[in-house]
Amino acid sequence: MELSGGQIVVQCLKDEGVELIFGYPGGAVLHLYDAIFQQDDVQHILVRHEQAATHAADAYARSTGKPGVVLVTSGPGATNAVTGIATAYMDSIPLVVISGQVPSAVIGSDAFQEVDMVGITRPCVKHNFLVNNVADIAETMKKAFHVATTGRPGPVVVDIPKDLTDPNIKVPYVYPESVSMRSYKPPREGDQRQVQKAVDLLLSAKRPMIYSGGGVVLGEASDELRTFSRLLGYPVTSTLMGLGAFPATDAQFIGMLGMHGTYESNMGMHESDVIIAIGARFDDRVTGKLTEFCPYAKIIHIDIDPASIAKTVKVDVPIVGEVGIVLKQLIAEINVNGSRIDTEALAAWWDRIKEWQSVNCLEYDRESALIKPQYVVEQLYKVTAGNAFITSDVGQHQMYAAQFYHFDEPRRWINSGGLGTMGFGLPAAIGVKLAHPDADVACITGEASIQMCIQELSTAQQYQTPVKIINLNNRYMGMVRQWQEFSYEGRYSHSYLEALPDFVKLAEAYGHVGMQIDKPEDVTPALEEAFAMKDRTVFLDIITDQKENVYPMIEAGKGHHDMRLRVAPGTPIDRELA
Amino acid sequence: MRHIISILIENESGALSRVAGLFSARGYNIESLTVAPTDDVTLSRMTLVTRGSDEVIEQIVKQLNKLIDVVKLTDLADVVHVERELMLIKVQTEPSSRAEIKRMADIFRGKVIDVTSNSYMIEMTGSSEKLDAFVAAISTHNIIEIIRTGATGLPRGTGSLIS
Repeated sequence: MELSGGQIVVQCLKDEGVELIFGYPGGAVLHLYDAIFQQDDVQHILVRHEQAATHAADAYARSTGKPGVVLVTSGPGATNAVTGIATAYMDSIPLVVISGQVPSAVIGSDAFQEVDMVGITRPCVKHNFLVNNVADIAETMKKAFHVATTGRPGPVVVDIPKDLTDPNIKVPYVYPESVSMRSYKPPREGDQRQVQKAVDLLLSAKRPMIYSGGGVVLGEASDELRTFSRLLGYPVTSTLMGLGAFPATDAQFIGMLGMHGTYESNMGMHESDVIIAIGARFDDRVTGKLTEFCPYAKIIHIDIDPASIAKTVKVDVPIVGEVGIVLKQLIAEINVNGSRIDTEALAAWWDRIKEWQSVNCLEYDRESALIKPQYVVEQLYKVTAGNAFITSDVGQHQMYAAQFYHFDEPRRWINSGGLGTMGFGLPAAIGVKLAHPDADVACITGEASIQMCIQELSTAQQYQTPVKIINLNNRYMGMVRQWQEFSYEGRYSHSYLEALPDFVKLAEAYGHVGMQIDKPEDVTPALEEAFAMKDRTVFLDIITDQKENVYPMIEAGKGHHDMRLRVAPGTPIDRELA
Repeated sequence: MRHIISILIENESGALSRVAGLFSARGYNIESLTVAPTDDVTLSRMTLVTRGSDEVIEQIVKQLNKLIDVVKLTDLADVVHVERELMLIKVQTEPSSRAEIKRMADIFRGKVIDVTSNSYMIEMTGSSEKLDAFVAAISTHNIIEIIRTGATGLPRGTGSLIS
């Protein structure tokens, strides 16, 4: 079969099983768009800004496990995509980004809409390619999908000069069945001796903790994590990225850890004697002050990326491998290992954890006449019966979502954890809805974040992706305001958003339903009404308490045991618990 | 501690910038970097000299290994190895000092490869330490210019990174 370069790209997508791509046309990709026009197998979703294309494709990938695909033009199209590429990179999301490039002959001449895309994206991709020859397109595409989806996943950019997609130049097309790269061999099984050491250590533990991360979600190892954790009966905590891998409603789950994690999780980490980190990378938002991190613990670390091991925290038993396979190895080893769990010590440990749980660290003022953002998320959880896909932007609302929406399944919680990209939520919700048309999809956002990709309301209209936007509107960049309150004596420098739009009218202008809610008693009925409108995008502008803060909190430079808790009603200072 | 990292990398455009970019992005220091194709034209051999604590070197090695284009690498500091660097050094000569400079070059097994009435260019190979010693020894004379390639090296014995 002889095809042009443009046709080859589209054919590769078909052969790779890609059903949906997100993009925005422009000069350097016109041939490619012409090839897309002339077929029906690969559906193209036209966004309103290339950043949104990457976020939507990224969320499509996060919610399905399949790679997300993006198509953008050269120059500004490519640079606009960079924020989304970096977002996917930081959270290890498989993405293939095809960018048009100026024609080969003018590369390097500062041509119109030319940027060095390979150079610009190098630090924020797993790998990237500049294709030099039409005949190389198919193999490069195969490699791109292979690299993006295997090992520790990540975004891959394929930069294709315009002349390579010329409809008049045709070459024979064969899509390689498999790809072998001598320089890229992701690990699979963990070293059996390390597995044995890990199990010996785990079974000798008196105060164990299971610290699970996003790698469990990415590695489709949720079932293995559940079996492993239940076999041991040890407390399970999770990173922001790992939520849902272990059911949040399970009694063994003690909440998220880290900066806005639960008191019990962080105290548990601090006092633990054996920690097993599973597909987690000891991010600074998790560890707090490194020199005070888990001072009494021996640490086991499972990761597919050797570079994640001992990057910030020294570990005692590293195991490099695919998380699902390693967990199976651990389970098998526990079953044959001669030692048994110290049940007495474990019972005492759970008693200690229950003491910390009794602090009720997430409690907030339920009598307030103002709408509390936590209340909104709680009600959202109830109205959707915990089954919705939740996307979020970045800030306070993201933390409330993580704390109060109890995810029982993986791939339901879609947020930008590593890069912390405001503007992620709405395009992400569209990407998730396209992947799961029958599911409830809500975007928990704030009035600052939502405005960073608000134009995507137009995409939501064009493709009829009825998502529910829960805008926790406190008229502040909430997290910035909180830090300014805590660390800058309340000097709210540029964190107040003046001249906010009328979000109801704005939603209506884009053809959606808008509602404003300003009384606590109206929250639940409004949510019910919104989710009853199955075929409409609904923008709920919820006017929340301006001064509400996210608690508990490990402030910058502090350790796990040094959490700032909410001031208890009637007491002038934070409760002293440490 | 000083480490010499020898890297076998795909001979593709941009491979060098991936390595250099990694060092600048993660704040590692590069003392020297040499690169050239090998007998297999699809591969390049890169030798990189860096300094850092054991933890930093461990991360450097892991991060380099993580680059998709890197086929294999070894830290020569871990093994018995031979290290060589090439230096060209141009020295100003006086009628009274020419013999002494020539003799000094001979002692270090250097070769005079360009001569004018008042200068020598000396070619010298050896470990970086030896070249440093020569530069120190000759520093009483007026050094016009020095160029060094940076260290390169191979482990002793029959083993190979390629096999």
